[in-house]
Amino acid sequence: MDKPRFGFWKTILWVVLLLGGYALLLRFTRGLGASTNLSDEFPWGLWVGFKLFSVALAGGGFTLAAVVHIFNLKRYRPVLRPMILTAFLGYSMFICSLIIDLGRPYRVWHPVVMWNDHSVMFEIAWCVMLYTTVLILEFAPAVLERLGWQKALGWLRGVMVPVVIMGVILSTLHQSSLGSLYLIVPGKLYPLWYSPLEPVFFFVSALCAGLAMTIFESWHSRKAFGKQLEQSLLTGLGRVLAVALSFYLALRLIDMVHRGVFHLLLLPRTETYLFLLEIALLAAPMLLLFRNRIHHDPTALYFCSVLTLLGFVTNRMNVAITGMEASSGTYYFPKWTELAVTMSLVASAFAIFWLAVKYLPVFPAVQETRARQSAQAVAPSAARPAVPELTHASS
Amino acid sequence: MSKALLYDATMCIGCKQCEQACATENKLPYNEGIAAEAKQSDHKYTAVLAKDDKFMRRLCMNCQDPACASACPVAALRKTAAGPVIYDEGRCMGCRYCMLACPFNVPKYEWGKLLPKVRKCTMCPDRVAAGKQTACAEICPTGATKFGERDDLIKEAQQRIRDNPSQYVKHIYGLNEVGGTSVLLLSSVPFEQFGYSADMLTEPMPLLTSRVLSKVPDVVTLGGVLLGGIWWITNRRVEVAAAEENEKKSSSDKRSEDKNG
Repeated sequence: MDKPRFGFWKTILWVVLLLGGYALLLRFTRGLGASTNLSDEFPWGLWVGFKLFSVALAGGGFTLAAVVHIFNLKRYRPVLRPMILTAFLGYSMFICSLIIDLGRPYRVWHPVVMWNDHSVMFEIAWCVMLYTTVLILEFAPAVLERLGWQKALGWLRGVMVPVVIMGVILSTLHQSSLGSLYLIVPGKLYPLWYSPLEPVFFFVSALCAGLAMTIFESWHSRKAFGKQLEQSLLTGLGRVLAVALSFYLALRLIDMVHRGVFHLLLLPRTETYLFLLEIALLAAPMLLLFRNRIHHDPTALYFCSVLTLLGFVTNRMNVAITGMEASSGTYYFPKWTELAVTMSLVASAFAIFWLAVKYLPVFPAVQETRARQSAQAVAPSAARPAVPELTHASS
Repeated sequence: MSKALLYDATMCIGCKQCEQACATENKLPYNEGIAAEAKQSDHKYTAVLAKDDKFMRRLCMNCQDPACASACPVAALRKTAAGPVIYDEGRCMGCRYCMLACPFNVPKYEWGKLLPKVRKCTMCPDRVAAGKQTACAEICPTGATKFGERDDLIKEAQQRIRDNPSQYVKHIYGLNEVGGTSVLLLSSVPFEQFGYSADMLTEPMPLLTSRVLSKVPDVVTLGGVLLGGIWWITNRRVEVAAAEENEKKSSSDKRSEDKNG
């Protein structure tokens, strides 16, 4: 039953990668003008929106690193590695799409030596460089365990706490600075999205997206490998996500009240509809996740995580594209090349994640998880993970 | 100190000689077709717009505190003390944040090229440095575009409005917009008619981001102290718990040993 479906997905993957490869070829041989629908009126398009979103997905990396290493809530340790890996892939996608989007990609290193500390973009460049390094260090234990390099492992464990602290600070700066990018366009970004609180929104939504991503990945890796996180942990994450989402939505609501922009919702415009879609996609999982029945049911939980992720995709695209359209005086829809490159980046990230889960100790080993599940079925109150199951993940 | 341009639309006859002089100065092509293009682009840094019998120039405003220069991550765009906002194409990596940040939508991009540059009026920095006028001011047959000290030009603009109040909109565009610009405009019709926004902030745009950026060192310091502190407390708890566990174990081991023994 499973085999033909698997072949189907593999075919899709290859088609997407080939199309993306061809689109990339066009981009680097014909230039930005010929390979995108960008223009003087609309200089930032899908690739920038995608950059904003890929970093938001990485939000789980620093959140879980802080929870496990700083707050010492060791029960969440099994969640940490998949999230670090996701964050690393998210940042890799960011860097790839940045290089593709830059007019002169070979100068991507310029911010290292050419400084302008008044620029939000400069801050972002440094955060990306440093945090990607941190993520490599944070994920290295998984590779070192596999290789059996005990000495390097020991050394890494020794520096892990300062590395994690640096990672949390860098992420906080980076997530919020992506929102700060838009502080300088008060006359251009549609008022439903332009807010002096934009950096805060970006930061809090990255926390939410990171949590949703954890649930999303766990469900998929169970389908593919039978490797997944314990339901009790997922339920816990679902509860935290419900609270985080309500905090985020309350923040947006308060901000709109203070800025007095509710009347805009009465206008029959594209912005209004896409704004309502964004809010609905976030409010629905929030309301659902407050119900016990939902966060104990893996499929319902997964469904909520998908809604949340779609909500934040919509949010980032709204800020980057929808909200900038009216003031630009033009209409922008990405060219097929822009879509193909973006899709192939997503597909590559999925493929790399799949390979990593297959060959590296990312998720808790399958037998132990199953054993725990049956143990839980007998005694559902015993939510505490057993010690042996965690030994492989003690970085 | 700093130089500026005063463009008085009431004196403009729409001859477009400024467009031509600008093209020559910047080594750009110019012909009838380009003259007919009513917008700034990568090959046209200034455009004379016409509406009925009214004219208006568009060019880089060369802001006193430019959004583009604050946005540029590699400082390719820079405000000089003399007035011009200049562009160093050797630094530019093509992120195009300047285009997004500019409140007047001035910077344009060479979309057709494989290795594009940002293109805009830079207020003839070489001429200004050599003590000359900008090309557009020099060629202007009616004096509609005038080059001079910014302070002097402001006084002159105020005087013109005072002398002929019926002829002008009572506003010098660029005096306070985005904290002031090095291009000042006078007109008999509202500036919005030619795409100059009426609700520009009067504070410099870079303040919007620098307010946030200035908090970065604080976030780093306080974040580091706070997270380090939290770790110190929680880790102590873990250590204590582990020690207690050990003690219990060893004492129970002893007890069992005693029993067995």
